[in-house]
Amino acid sequence: MRAGQTVTTSGRAPRAAWWGNPAVRAFIWQALLVIAVISLFVWAGRNVAANLRASNITWGFGFLTEAANFDITGSLIPFRAGDTYARALLAGFGNTLAAALVAILIATALGFVVGVARLSRNVLVARFAAAYVEALRNTPLLLQLLVWYNVVLKSLPGPRQSIALPGGLLLNNRGLYGPWPVAAPGWSALGLGLLAALAVSIGLAIWSARRRRAGRAPLALWLLTPLVFIGLPLAAVWLMAGSVAGALPVTWPELRGFNVGGGVTLLPEFVALVLGLSLYTSAFIAEIVRSGVQAVPKGQREAGRALGLREGQILRLIVIPQALRLIIPPLAGQYLNLTKNSSLAVAIGYPDLVSIGAGPVLQNTGQALEVISLIMLIYLALSLLTALLMNWWNARMALAER
Amino acid sequence: MTTPTSPACASTPRSAPAQTMPARPPQPTAGLLRGLRGLMSTPVNALLTVLALAIAWFLLRPAIEFLFINAVWSGHDRAACLAGEASGETGACWPFITRRIGYFVYGQYPEAQRWRPNLAMALCALNIAAALWPRAPYRGAALFAFVVPFPIISWILLYGPGFSGLVTVPTNLWGGVLVTLVISIVGIVASLPLGVLLALGRRSRMPFVRAASIVFIEVMRGVPLLAVLFMANRMLPLFLPPGVLPDPLVRVMVGVSLFAAAGMAEVIRGGLQALPKGQYEAAAALGLGYWQMMFTVILPQALTLVIPGIVNTFISLFKDTTLVTIVGIFDLLTTIDVSSRDPAWATPVTVSTGYAFAAMFYFICCYAMSRYSAAMERRLAAAGSRS
Repeated sequence: MRAGQTVTTSGRAPRAAWWGNPAVRAFIWQALLVIAVISLFVWAGRNVAANLRASNITWGFGFLTEAANFDITGSLIPFRAGDTYARALLAGFGNTLAAALVAILIATALGFVVGVARLSRNVLVARFAAAYVEALRNTPLLLQLLVWYNVVLKSLPGPRQSIALPGGLLLNNRGLYGPWPVAAPGWSALGLGLLAALAVSIGLAIWSARRRRAGRAPLALWLLTPLVFIGLPLAAVWLMAGSVAGALPVTWPELRGFNVGGGVTLLPEFVALVLGLSLYTSAFIAEIVRSGVQAVPKGQREAGRALGLREGQILRLIVIPQALRLIIPPLAGQYLNLTKNSSLAVAIGYPDLVSIGAGPVLQNTGQALEVISLIMLIYLALSLLTALLMNWWNARMALAER
Repeated sequence: MTTPTSPACASTPRSAPAQTMPARPPQPTAGLLRGLRGLMSTPVNALLTVLALAIAWFLLRPAIEFLFINAVWSGHDRAACLAGEASGETGACWPFITRRIGYFVYGQYPEAQRWRPNLAMALCALNIAAALWPRAPYRGAALFAFVVPFPIISWILLYGPGFSGLVTVPTNLWGGVLVTLVISIVGIVASLPLGVLLALGRRSRMPFVRAASIVFIEVMRGVPLLAVLFMANRMLPLFLPPGVLPDPLVRVMVGVSLFAAAGMAEVIRGGLQALPKGQYEAAAALGLGYWQMMFTVILPQALTLVIPGIVNTFISLFKDTTLVTIVGIFDLLTTIDVSSRDPAWATPVTVSTGYAFAAMFYFICCYAMSRYSAAMERRLAAAGSRS
C-alpha cells in the first residue's frame, strides 16, 4: 500500500483504474478483514450456543455468587466450603500475587548478585556465575519446579528431625516454619513508624537533590536514611507501648508432639514454587544486569576517574544510574514473566489462580468459557498495567535525557 | 579507502616494519597465570575465591557423586539399584533410563514402525542444518521446504493416513521426545508465517488491520501459556460445530502455535524496525508493490537480522512444551513421570534419575541452540559494522 501511494502521486493518478487507488484498496482489504473476523465470531458464537444447549449449560457469570463445596488449604485469603466461587478465584489470585511478590524480591536480589559476579575479574567467580545462569535458563521451569518439590523437599527429614535454620526457622518435609508477630499495639506502632520513615526518607532525598541542583553540598543520605529507618519506628513503638523490649510479641515455631506448632507455616508447595520461580528468573535477570552494566561505555568510567572520583563513587554516581536505565524495562518484562509462570503452580498443587480456576471451579461448574476467559482477563489486566507503568517510566526517562 | 586508518591499507609500507619484528613466543600459561593471580590479588578477591570454591564443593560434589560415582550403571530391574541403596550411597539408577529409553523417545509408538519417526527426525535435522548453516547454498529454498513440504511429509510418515500405504499410528500412541519435538517444530513452523503476517499487520497503516494484529499479539503475550493451553483444550471444542472434537495433540498444537506466533511477531517486528528507512524508500522508488517490496527487499533482510531472536523464541518454545504434560499429553516429562511410578522400578532414586535424564536432554538441546544464536549474533554484528 505504502509503495503504491508514492508511485501514484507522480501524476498518473487521475488516469489510474479505481483498483489502483491505494485508498480504495486499503478500504477493500480492511472491509474483507472485518467481514472475515465478524463471520468467524458469528460462526464460533453459534457453535458455542449449540454446544452449550447440547450439554445443558447456561452461559453467564451467575455461578460466581453460588456457594462452592471445596476447601482451599494454605490460602492467604481464607476459603472454606460454602464461600462463593468468586471468593475462590479471589483467593487464588491472592496466592498468585503472594508467591509472585516473594519470588520477585528473591529473584531480583539473586539476579543482581549473579549478574555482577559474571563481570567479576575473579575468573572463578565469573565462571561459576556463568554456569549458574546457563544451567538454570537452559532447562524447563516445570522440570525445575518438579525437582524442587518431588526431590529436594520430599527428601527433607520429618517434623521430629526438623532442620533448624538461622533466625528461628524450621525446615522439614511439611514446609518451612518461621516466627510470626502476635497482634499487639506495638506492631501497629511499628507499621506506622515504618510508613513515616519511608515518607521522611523520600522527603530527605528530594531535599538533597534540590540542594545539589542549587550548588550546595547534598545531605549525607547514606547516614540519614538508615538512621530514619531505625529511629522513627523505635520511637513510635516506645511512645505507644512505653518500652521496646516487650512491645513486639512473637510466636516461635516449636516441635509439639509429632508436628511443629506456633509461628507461621509456609507449605512445601509454596516453598517449591517460590524457590523454582526465583532461581529460574534470577538467571534471566543476571543476564539483563550483565548486559546493562556492559553497555555503559568504558569512557564513562574513565571520565569519572579523570574527575578524581573513587571507584565506589564511579559505580554509584556514573555506572549504576546509566545501567539502570537499560536494566529496568527488561526487568519489568521478567517480573511479568515470573507472574505468568507462577501458573505452573498447577503441577505441584499450589492453589494459585489457574489451579483453582481450571481445577475445582471448572470441574464443579462446567463453565469452561467463563472461567478461562476470567483467568485470561486477570492476567491481561496485570500485563496491561505493567505496560502502562513502563510507558510512563520510559517517557520520564526520555525527558531526563536533555 | 585511502585513509591510513582503513584496514585495507594494512599492507602499505608504513606497517611493514611491524611485520618484520620477531613475534613474541606463544605463552600458553599466560592466561592461566594471570587468572590465578587474579584469584588472590586482594583480600576481597581471595574471600570470593574461597566462597566460590565452597559453594562448588557443596553443590557439585553431591551432584557428581549422584550422577557418576555412586550411580548404578547396569541391571534389569530395581533390584540392581536397591543393592546400592542398602550400602547408604545414593546414586542414579541409570538402568531405569537405558532399559526404558525406547519409551522415553517414542512413547508407545509400535516398535516395528519406529523407523518412521527416525526418518522424520533425520529429515528434520538435515532440513534445519540446510536452513541455518550460514555457508549452505539455497538457504531460502531450505527454509521454504521446512515450512511447507517437510511438515506434510512428516505427518504422512508419522501418522500414516490410509492413502499412504503405511500402518496408521494414532496420536495417542505417540510419546516422549517424539511428541516434544513434534509440538515444538509444529509451533515454530506455524508461528513463522503467522508471525510475519502479524508483524506486518502491526506496522500497517490500515487501522483495522493494525488494531486486529495488536489485540491478538497483546492478548497472547499477556496471558500465561498454560491459560492458552487450557483454552485450546477446553474452549476450542466449544467453538467448533457440535460433534467435531479435534485430536488432543492437535488442540495443544493450535494453542502452542498461536502463543508462539505472537512472540514471533514481536521478534520480526524488531527486525522490520531495525531496517533503515532507505530500504523501504528504495523499494518504493523502484515501483515495487507492497507484497513485492516485502518479499524481495524487506523480509529477506529483516528475517536474517532476527535469526538470533527466532532461535531464542524456539528455545523458550522448546522448554515450554513441557507444559503440555499438565493437560495430559505424553511428552518426555510425562513418560518419565509415568515410568517412575512403575512398581518394577520403584526405588527412592527413580524419580530423581528420570529428572536428571530430562534435565540433561533439555540442557544439551537448549545450550547448543543458544550457542548457535550467540554465534549468529556476533556474525551479524560483524557484518553490520563492516557495511
